[in-house]
Amino acid sequence: MSAIRVPRRLVLSGGALLLGFRLARAAPAPIGDLAATPALDAWIRVGPDGSVTVLTGKVELGQGIKTALIQVSAEELDLPPARIALVTADTERTPNEGFTAGSHSMQDSGTAIRNAAAEVRAVLIGAAARGWGVTPQQLRTEAGQVIAPDGRSIGYGELAASVDLHQSAQPPFPLKPPAAYELVGRSLPRVDIPGKLTGQPSFVQDLRLPGMVHARVVRPPAYGGALLEVDADAAAGLPGVLKVVREGGFLGVIAAREFPAIQAMRALAATARWAPGHELPRPDAVGAFLQSAPAQDIVVLDRAAADRVPSQGRTLQARYSRPFLAHGAIGPSCAVARFDAPDRVTVWTHTQGVFPLRRALAEMLHLPDHNVHCIHLEGAGCYGQNGADDVAADAALLARAMPGRPVRLQWMREQEQYWEPYGPAMVAEARGTLDGTGRIAAWAFDVWSNVHTQRPGPAGVLLAAQSLDPPFVLPPPRPIPMPEGGGDRNSIPLYAFPAARVVYHFVPQMPVRVSALRSLGAHLNVFAIESFMDELAQEAGSDPVEFRLLHLDDPRARDVIRMAGARFGWSDRPKQSGRGFAFARYKNLGAYCAVALQVSIDPASGRIRVGRVVAAVDSGQAVNPDGIRNQVEGAIVQSMSWTLFEQVAFTPAKIVSRDWSSYPIARFDAVPDSVEVHVIDRAGAPFLGTGECGQGPAAAAIANAVADATGMRLRDMPLRLSDTKPRGERL
Amino acid sequence: MTGFMLNGHPVASDTDPATPLLYVLREDFTLNGAKYGCGLGQCGACTVLLDDRPVFSCVTPLLAVAGRQVRTIEGLGTPEAPGPVQRAFIAEQAAQCGYCIPGMMLRAQALLERRASPSEADIRAALQPNLCRCGTHMRILRAVRRAAAGMAQAAVERPRVERPGVERQ
Repeated sequence: MSAIRVPRRLVLSGGALLLGFRLARAAPAPIGDLAATPALDAWIRVGPDGSVTVLTGKVELGQGIKTALIQVSAEELDLPPARIALVTADTERTPNEGFTAGSHSMQDSGTAIRNAAAEVRAVLIGAAARGWGVTPQQLRTEAGQVIAPDGRSIGYGELAASVDLHQSAQPPFPLKPPAAYELVGRSLPRVDIPGKLTGQPSFVQDLRLPGMVHARVVRPPAYGGALLEVDADAAAGLPGVLKVVREGGFLGVIAAREFPAIQAMRALAATARWAPGHELPRPDAVGAFLQSAPAQDIVVLDRAAADRVPSQGRTLQARYSRPFLAHGAIGPSCAVARFDAPDRVTVWTHTQGVFPLRRALAEMLHLPDHNVHCIHLEGAGCYGQNGADDVAADAALLARAMPGRPVRLQWMREQEQYWEPYGPAMVAEARGTLDGTGRIAAWAFDVWSNVHTQRPGPAGVLLAAQSLDPPFVLPPPRPIPMPEGGGDRNSIPLYAFPAARVVYHFVPQMPVRVSALRSLGAHLNVFAIESFMDELAQEAGSDPVEFRLLHLDDPRARDVIRMAGARFGWSDRPKQSGRGFAFARYKNLGAYCAVALQVSIDPASGRIRVGRVVAAVDSGQAVNPDGIRNQVEGAIVQSMSWTLFEQVAFTPAKIVSRDWSSYPIARFDAVPDSVEVHVIDRAGAPFLGTGECGQGPAAAAIANAVADATGMRLRDMPLRLSDTKPRGERL
Repeated sequence: MTGFMLNGHPVASDTDPATPLLYVLREDFTLNGAKYGCGLGQCGACTVLLDDRPVFSCVTPLLAVAGRQVRTIEGLGTPEAPGPVQRAFIAEQAAQCGYCIPGMMLRAQALLERRASPSEADIRAALQPNLCRCGTHMRILRAVRRAAAGMAQAAVERPRVERPGVERQ
C-alpha cells in the first residue's frame, strides 16, 4: 500500500505561478459551501484563549470526516490539530450543508473550511500587522502564533478580540501551496477511534440524559396496513410501563427501562389487528415490472448519431439487473427526543441532514422550524438513508406524549430490516457495436429504476407521519437530475465512443419503500457498463485492460487503470485464471477508481470467492491517504457482499428479510484474502468525493473475473453459479 | 440480587434476572461497549466475555452470569491506557463506524488468550459469528494479527500473570 505523490507541475497546467509562499490560480478555484454560507464565523471561531472552533454542517458516518476536516483547517490556520474543536451538524450551531451524502463532504465542506481557514489566518495576520505597524507580508504564522521577523509573536487568542470574523469570505483565498503542507496528505489517526474502541459514549445509542426513558414502536406487518384495533391496557399494565401512545395508526410504548419497553412492545403488538397492506410484485417479476411500468424517459446522453452504426459492425446486446438491497446498519436506528416546552423539541439523531430533518419534523409536529432543534450524534454506519430520519420522527411523537422527559427509541432488528427504505432494484440493457478495427463505434444504454431519494424535507416521507390521522402523504418521487443523477448515476460511460445514447427510464410507481443506498445507481450502471466492456473486449479479441485504455482519453482515468493493472500484475496472469478488472470515475465528477481482482470457484458448490484485490484511486488532493484507503477497502468489501450474497426477499404479501439469517451478508469466511488500495495523490488538485467510488468497479470486476474463470457471464445480482431455484424465490 | 464479577470487580444487580445481560450492562452499569445489534445472537455487536468465552449478551439472561466473570471492552483498557488488542486496532485504524468493533475485539481477546499464535483460519473462524457492515474486515484481520504478534512478544518479555478465579483452557 502506498500513496504516490504526483509532482505538482503535472497537475497545475496553464502556467500557475507561485507567488511568495501562497498560490495564485488562473482559474476560479472551488469554494464549496462557502458560496451558500459566506460568513467566516459560521465556519471558524477563535476564542480568547486561542482555542479554535471549526463548524461543519456535515456529519461523521464512520467515513473519517471529522479527522479530515480538522486536518484541512489546522493546515490552513497553522495550528496543531489538537487545538481545534470540531462541531458537526447542529441546527442551532453549524452551517446548513444539506445532507452528508453523495461523497460530497470534502468537496463541499472541506473546500469551504479550507478557504475560510486560510482567510481567517490572513485576518489574524492583518490584525497583528496593524498592531505592530508592519506589512502583513512580513509576518508568518506557526502553531497558533503570528510571528514578526524580529522575533515578536502574538497568539491567535490575543488577536481574536481585535478582529471581527462576522464578515463575508472574500476570494481569492490565500491558500497554502501544497508544497508547504504539513498535515494535509498525511495519514493522521482518526480522532474518534480511541473512544469507540474503549467504550466511551460515541453513538446516539450511548446517549444518557437525566430522567431519560425508553420507548419502542409497533408497526404493521406489511406496507400500508392500517391499525384496526389494539388493546392498549394490556401493555399499559405491565411492570415498568409508563405510557402507551396511539395517534392514528402510530403506536408506541414508553417504559422506565429498555427491556421492559421491548416486552411491552411485544405485548402491544400481540393485541394489534391490522388491515392487509398493499400487494408486492412477485419477486421474480421485479425486472419485468420495472421495464413495463409507466416511465418517464430521460435522454441523458445523445452523442452524435447513435444510429451511425458501421455496416460491417458486430453488435452485442446484454441485460443486467440487481435486486432490492438493504442498508443493513449493524446498529438499528436510534434517536432521543425531548419536549422542552409544549411547542419546543430537541432531537438527537444520526440523520444525514439535520436541517432537512428539522423541516420534516416541524411540519409533522405543526411547529415553526426554529422550535425544532436537531443535533447530530453518530449512529452505526448507514450507507445512505436507513431508518435514521424515521426513528427521529417516532421519538419526537413519543416525546410529545411525555413532556420534559428525554425519550430514547431504538428500532428492533426486524424493524430496521423491514422498514428501512431499500436501495432500488434496477435493470439495464446495453448494446454495443464494434467496428472493423475492434473499437466500439456505437453504444446504447438503457436503465430502469425507481427513485433513489425520498429524504426529508417533506414530512410525508416519514413513516410516523404517514400513519397519523390525517396522514401526511408521500410526495410524488422526482428524479435526481444529472450530472449527479439517481438511477442514471454513472450511466454515461467515460469512454470516448463516437456515437452513444443513454436513456434513463424513471419509474415513479414504487412497490417497495426505497431511497438512497451508497452510490445510488452507480452500482448497477458501472456493473453493467464494465461487464459489457469485457464482453465487447472478448468479442474484439482484446485484453480487457488494453481495451479500456483504447477508449479513454482522460489521463487520470488512464493512470488509475495502469496503476491497478501494474500493482496487480495483470499482464503476468494468464487468461482463464479468474482475473477481473473494472474502472469508473464516480459520477464522472468524483474520484477515479480501478479494481483488479482474483476469484476462485469451488468446483463442487460453485461458490465464488474473491482472493486478492488491488485498487488504485485518485481523489485529487489526498487529505488523509489512510482514510481514503479505509473508505475504498470498505466500498470494495461491501460491494462484494451486495454483489455476491444480497437480495431483499419478499412474497406478494410481505417482506420476509427480517434479520441476518433471512438477509445474509458476507462474514469473515467470505471476505477477500487481501485488499490493497493505492492512492494517487494529486497535490493541489480539488478534492474529489471518494466514499462511494469503489462500489461499481468492485461489482463488475467480480463478474468479469467469474467470466474469466468459468466462461459463464453472470449478469443478474446476486451473482451465483449454483442456482438451483428460480431467482427471487430464495426464501 | 444477582452478583457477578464485572471487569474484575464484584457487582450486583437487582434487575429482573430474566433480562438479557446486554441491557444490564448498558443501564445498570452505564457501559457502552456492548451494543444492541439484533437481539438474536446473529451479529455479535453485543459480544462480551463470560468466563473467558465470548457470548452474545443480547441472548444471555442476567441469571446465567450469577457468580461468574464478565468482561467488556471497558475492562481491556482506557483511551489513555488501551490494552494490547485495543492498541493493535488503533494502530491498524481498524474501524469505520466502529459500532461492531468492541465485539470484534472481545472475540480477538478470547482467541488470543486461548491460542497465542493463531493461524489465519483460526482468526477468521473466531470472528465468523460477528458482522461488520462497513467492510472493515481486512483491517480487523490485520489488527488481530498485530495483537497476536504484540501479545506473543509481551509474553516473552514478562512472566505470565494469571488472573485469580479464572480457569484457563
